[in-house]
Amino acid sequence: MSAPSGPLAALKAAADAFVADYHARKTSLPGDSHVRAEAAALVATQGLPGPREEAWRYTPLRPFAEAQFAPARRAEPSAALLARIPAIAGTRLVFVDGRFHSELSGVPEGYRVTTGEPAFGHLARPAEEKLVALNTMLAEDGAAIHVPAGTDAGTIILASLATGAAVGFHPRHHIVLEAGATLTLIDLALGDGEYLSNPVLTFEVAAGATVTHLRTQDEGAGAFHLSTVYAEVAEGGTYDSFALTLGGKLARMEVHARLAGPNAAAHLNAAQLLGASQHADFTTIVRHDAPNTASRQTVKNVLTGRSRGVFQGKIEVARIAQKTDGYQMNQALLLSPQAEMDSKPQLQIYADDVKCSHGATVGALDADQLFYLRSRGVPEAEARAILVRAFLSEALDPITHEEARAAMEAAIAAWWERRE
Amino acid sequence: MPAVAETLETVQAATEGGYKWGFSTDIEMDMAPKGLNEDIIRLISARKNEPQWLLDWRLAAFAVWLKMDEPDWAMVNHPPIDYQDLHYYAAPKKKAGPKSLDEVDPELLRTYEKLGIPLKERAILAGVETPDDVMPQVAMDAVFDSVSVATTFKATLAKSGVIFCPISEAVQEHPELVRKYLGSVVPTSDNYFAALNSAVFTDGSFVYIPKGVRCPMELSTYFRINARNTGQFERTLIIAEEASHVSYLEGCTAPQRDENQLHAAVVELVAFDDATIKYSTVQNWYPGDSEGKGGIYNFVTKRGHCRGARSKISWTQVETGSAITWKYPSCVLQGDDSVGEFYSVAVTNNFQQADTGTKMIHIGKRTKSTIVSKGISAGRSNNTYRGLVRIDRRADGARNFTQCDSLLIGDQCGAHTVPYIESRNPTAKLEHEATTSKIAEDQLFYCRQRGLSEEDAVGLIVNGFCKDVLKELPMEFAVEAQKLLAVSLEGSVG
Repeated sequence: MSAPSGPLAALKAAADAFVADYHARKTSLPGDSHVRAEAAALVATQGLPGPREEAWRYTPLRPFAEAQFAPARRAEPSAALLARIPAIAGTRLVFVDGRFHSELSGVPEGYRVTTGEPAFGHLARPAEEKLVALNTMLAEDGAAIHVPAGTDAGTIILASLATGAAVGFHPRHHIVLEAGATLTLIDLALGDGEYLSNPVLTFEVAAGATVTHLRTQDEGAGAFHLSTVYAEVAEGGTYDSFALTLGGKLARMEVHARLAGPNAAAHLNAAQLLGASQHADFTTIVRHDAPNTASRQTVKNVLTGRSRGVFQGKIEVARIAQKTDGYQMNQALLLSPQAEMDSKPQLQIYADDVKCSHGATVGALDADQLFYLRSRGVPEAEARAILVRAFLSEALDPITHEEARAAMEAAIAAWWERRE
Repeated sequence: MPAVAETLETVQAATEGGYKWGFSTDIEMDMAPKGLNEDIIRLISARKNEPQWLLDWRLAAFAVWLKMDEPDWAMVNHPPIDYQDLHYYAAPKKKAGPKSLDEVDPELLRTYEKLGIPLKERAILAGVETPDDVMPQVAMDAVFDSVSVATTFKATLAKSGVIFCPISEAVQEHPELVRKYLGSVVPTSDNYFAALNSAVFTDGSFVYIPKGVRCPMELSTYFRINARNTGQFERTLIIAEEASHVSYLEGCTAPQRDENQLHAAVVELVAFDDATIKYSTVQNWYPGDSEGKGGIYNFVTKRGHCRGARSKISWTQVETGSAITWKYPSCVLQGDDSVGEFYSVAVTNNFQQADTGTKMIHIGKRTKSTIVSKGISAGRSNNTYRGLVRIDRRADGARNFTQCDSLLIGDQCGAHTVPYIESRNPTAKLEHEATTSKIAEDQLFYCRQRGLSEEDAVGLIVNGFCKDVLKELPMEFAVEAQKLLAVSLEGSVG
């Protein structure tokens, strides 16, 4: 991208480069070319999210705009990278640099999975989320997972592996659970080096269905990970998620959950553990659009080095959504003098018979607690580790999938050892 | 609304020497033509006999304003404001003869009665007429549209070295102080409305508390907008020198008008070492009628600098009026161990919109801030708390506590909370809590079975909800504020 004169120029140049890439390859890109062309028109006119946009005030995309990403090619992961997929029982769907890799993947039973082209679905809103427009324009592959009514699909391990080639990929997954179906989706984003991963996942949760979405993002130290998730939950359905963010140079996960039917529920728990000069942003918008819906969020941040953590959480309650129960807690531990936490919990409420609350705290490890442990002979480093683990446990506790939880705990422990 | 007549009375009493019962809205005005340009600014400056530096300052602000865009981030909606369709200067020429009380809108009188007149204005009146040796409770500077017409108790204050006068007078008599501090807290380029105010401000209050002085009385200003199609742009500047203390009360009213009137004030506070400024506001500008017609657009910039160590600035506000409120009284905590406080009650009913909150910027070490905000929405109104707490890298041991509660009355209104929390220091501790709920049926039932009407019951419960804020108000305002809450919520139940 040619020498930009400021952040806006850099973003414009980056958007233009993506659009040029689209025009060069559009005839060979698979899937609905109409949806893609519409998205391309949006990217060409709207560009990428800029620093003046409220939703992006704490996450400047300039470093991303100044990097360059070639289109992804078919690649093979190293043995070391493959070994990072935890041993969890379930069907594996492996994507390497954004493309489905059938030899590394398993065969689903009792439900359908389609790959080879982007699973656009109909829940994403390219006109509103600029990175989703980018994804729609350039998406090449993805998984369409369809779980029939009343079926328990067990566990799917959806692994995205990045080989470290300086490429950009935009996977597009669509997950449909028919009435009463259940599924646990272990969503892994692992990689080495510098690249762009811009996935979009959409979840359609029908009446009484439950999807558990457990994500671990441990991308390469130079990677940009910008993901968007949409979940639409019908009557009595549940979208239950936990997102662990460890990796990436610049990472953002944006979740739009809409509770569309009575008694629908969404749990959006997360932990962000950052060090060095990492920047990670967890942004959620929960919309209560029906009566008696509930949302729960516990978000924990542990920041060291010169890292910056961002949390933006919005609970919207429509006029019709009486008896809404919305709760949100965001807490941050700053473990170094250079770390920064920015949070913006938001309530937007148009119904009167609701119970909504949010809380936020930012601080250091409690000196009294540290003293207590030290006075009982626990060495300082260990005492700190114990307190950080205890701090995170509230967000991890709701995870009932034993293997997934153990894998996350192991990833957290490894992060604690390697942190800068 | 309710205090309009009181204010008029007071103004008349103070300027004419005491027609206690009179009421007039027909006051001849000396008015600049509509429109905003450099000539109008020159005219305002000339009418006020201002020095060249101030005219230059205004013109520079105007140049900045021309290049700015009106902000659109607040959760408020209004038709575009035509800044050329306003009078930027209006001063009362002489008082018209009093008319009978029968001519007053009975609706107004009813509200007036509910508030339990006479309240403090009557006390002030009494104060004016008492001999010098009786210490009055409140000193008042009344701002009538653009010109401060009366300042009471100036002499008493002068004895202790306190300067309390219209800012236009301060420009003449204490130019060195005005020049030093004007715009030092809210620079002309700060925001759209602050730039506009800097260009066209007409009057306001100036307070200077010398070193070590505890201001002997509460200082009070009553702002009101009387003339049609006038914008009111007052500018208030309060300076508290080392180890001084002042409590300042601000009341705002405007008569009923069909059109929307613009109010864009700037308030600047400066507190040095160990000084304390307490700034209390009861704002009941005309909110528009029950159909959402008319009412004041209240776009205000209020900010205090705690420049000295251990200084303290405390904002308390009860906002019940205005069609639109857009205001964020803020504290910049520069001095080590300085303290910022914000206590707010914002009530919206009918079609009112309020987007209000505070900013606490922690720069000095061990700085502390407390935010308590209570928002009450009724009717078809929207009420937003918007606030920022920022902890700078150097602010070791800083502490913030924020509590934002919203109460919804009826299912056609909205309550919103938009806090920004930014921390860059690991030794700082921040806590934020927000809740939204409605009045519980059992609370209402309890009050009703003890014989309270539903409206009184709601008033009682709302007052309880707001207690943490109301107790911060000076005595003079507390009683009025409680009644104002009940009046504002009239018609919201049943």
